[in-house]
Amino acid sequence: MNSFAFFGAIETGFIFALVALAVFISFRILDFPDLTVDGSFPLGAAVAASMIVADFHPLTATTCACLAGAMAGTVTAWLNVKLKILHLLASILTMIALYSVNLRIMDGPNKALLGVETLLTPLDNLSFMPYYIAYPLAFGVFALLILALVIWFLQSEVGLAMRATGANPRMARANGVNTSCMVILGMAISNALVALAGALFAQSQGSADVTMGVGVIVIGLASVIGGEALLSTRTLFKWALACVLGSILYRMVIAFALNGEMLGLKAQDLNLITAILVTLAIVAPGLTAKTKAKLSTILNAKAKQGQE
Amino acid sequence: MQTRLYYIGIYLLSMFVTTVQAAPDSKYVAITQIVEHPALDAVRKGVKDVLSEAGWNEGDNLKWDYQSAQGATATASQIAKKFAGDNPDIIVAIATPSAQAVVSSARQTNIVFSAVTDPVGAKLVKAWDQPSKNVTGVSDLTPINLHLEFIKEVMPEAKSLGVIYNPGEANSVSLIKLVKQYGPAHNLKVVEAVSPKSADIQAAARSLLGKVDVIYLPTDNTVISAMEGIIKIAEQAKIPVFAGDTDSVKRGAVAALGFNYYQVGRQTGQVVASILNGKSPQDIPVQGIDKTELFVNPNAALRMGLTLHEDIIARAKEVIK
Repeated sequence: MNSFAFFGAIETGFIFALVALAVFISFRILDFPDLTVDGSFPLGAAVAASMIVADFHPLTATTCACLAGAMAGTVTAWLNVKLKILHLLASILTMIALYSVNLRIMDGPNKALLGVETLLTPLDNLSFMPYYIAYPLAFGVFALLILALVIWFLQSEVGLAMRATGANPRMARANGVNTSCMVILGMAISNALVALAGALFAQSQGSADVTMGVGVIVIGLASVIGGEALLSTRTLFKWALACVLGSILYRMVIAFALNGEMLGLKAQDLNLITAILVTLAIVAPGLTAKTKAKLSTILNAKAKQGQE
Repeated sequence: MQTRLYYIGIYLLSMFVTTVQAAPDSKYVAITQIVEHPALDAVRKGVKDVLSEAGWNEGDNLKWDYQSAQGATATASQIAKKFAGDNPDIIVAIATPSAQAVVSSARQTNIVFSAVTDPVGAKLVKAWDQPSKNVTGVSDLTPINLHLEFIKEVMPEAKSLGVIYNPGEANSVSLIKLVKQYGPAHNLKVVEAVSPKSADIQAAARSLLGKVDVIYLPTDNTVISAMEGIIKIAEQAKIPVFAGDTDSVKRGAVAALGFNYYQVGRQTGQVVASILNGKSPQDIPVQGIDKTELFVNPNAALRMGLTLHEDIIARAKEVIK
């Protein structure tokens, strides 16, 4: 792996860490399996790219992308809590609707941002650092900032009410929590984060494309679950941090799998190798603990024999 | 916890394994493709065939690194970054999302894109005749200019050309823009008839009667799906219908100049070969399709009151009986 690929993986990893945090809020905190993500990621990209091309300031464009994502999340939650549609179906409905919405927003399947001024343009020609290191660094600082915000929020009074809603909705209601409100708020925050990731990704890779949402939810889930295997989930901080690490791990695995030709693997094997490597990364730490335990029992037994 | 960190450390270290470099006198071509698809695979094969005819063979004096993003845009961006760091002689990027990812990541490497319909709209280059210092390529835009030239060759006396399309299809709108742009150069007045639904197609065709000498059907999904309605009216009124795609010729159009993606790939391969031979991308304008395949239907032509010249029939790749 070369340094471009290495820093590139970290950059993409930090952007998708926002998706991982969003999935963490919907799946883990609210216990709401939300597939809207596949639509709100390109939605954020589409809004940001279209507005930047229409000469809005990149910061305004990125903020509007976040708001658009929050709206998408609100629609899903509203379908669920007000119209009583099953959460999974509600999110699928929003996701497929967003495909058409995104085509409308971009007035076509693709909106290019190459050579246009974006949030990242100031990082292009830094005297002390090449852009391919400046990008991941900026995204890293930003992702950790968002991580801190998410943790701060989840420990606030509203955040605690939201956690209660996910953990035990009946009990939460009995304690005076408006659970419907909490679901709507949580989904809005979650999808705003996803749209933010989409907006940043479009600016980093030079275009928004209507197909860029395919499989984003799968990546988010893999990051959350992979991260949980790496770090303990005992405290909220570690749990959320695990999501960020999981996202970077996933990107590292892909960057590594792209070098498969050394092992005689071909381009079409990429997804299979990625799946196997993620499995190994998740299972390996547990395996070693087991082997250690086995070893120590054998050693203990031997020691006992020696004593006798 | 410590063992976990230890394993993560080993894991990260193992990733710094560098790939084996090819011999210095050989060439290194990296090729990225957004997804596996018959048309895109044909482009890749075309590039490789031309390179091997030019004396660069994989495993011998050519390092050929092919990666597919398998449909994931984020992976396309990671492939682009890997290629940027691998520093190949040329990166070939097939289809718009892969090309945009490469242009945004690899700023020093020579890049040749292919199968991109609108390279200017995709911001890969400023203009067709103005490639960037490291980026040029081949577009798969329908060669409207060649189509009009051909119509004029078959019917030199034609003065006005009717086009039928659905204004809701972005692709058709841009094709019609080109028809209007190139029409005057071929002494053709362009008359538009719009058909927002398949059901409106006969009304659209009738609106052209008496106003046009020839009808051209762009590759518009709405129009093509119901083109038999147009053919019927055109046969009654004896107005020849030309099409933008070869399948329509089998369904009753007079003729069409089509293209196939393997040829697009071969054309891309020639651009790649000339850059490998030392030419700079900024000296090679972006190319449109230059090799077309002629499909003709002489019987359909007769029904529309047009006799196709023998030379033209002889030139056809396929003659529909």
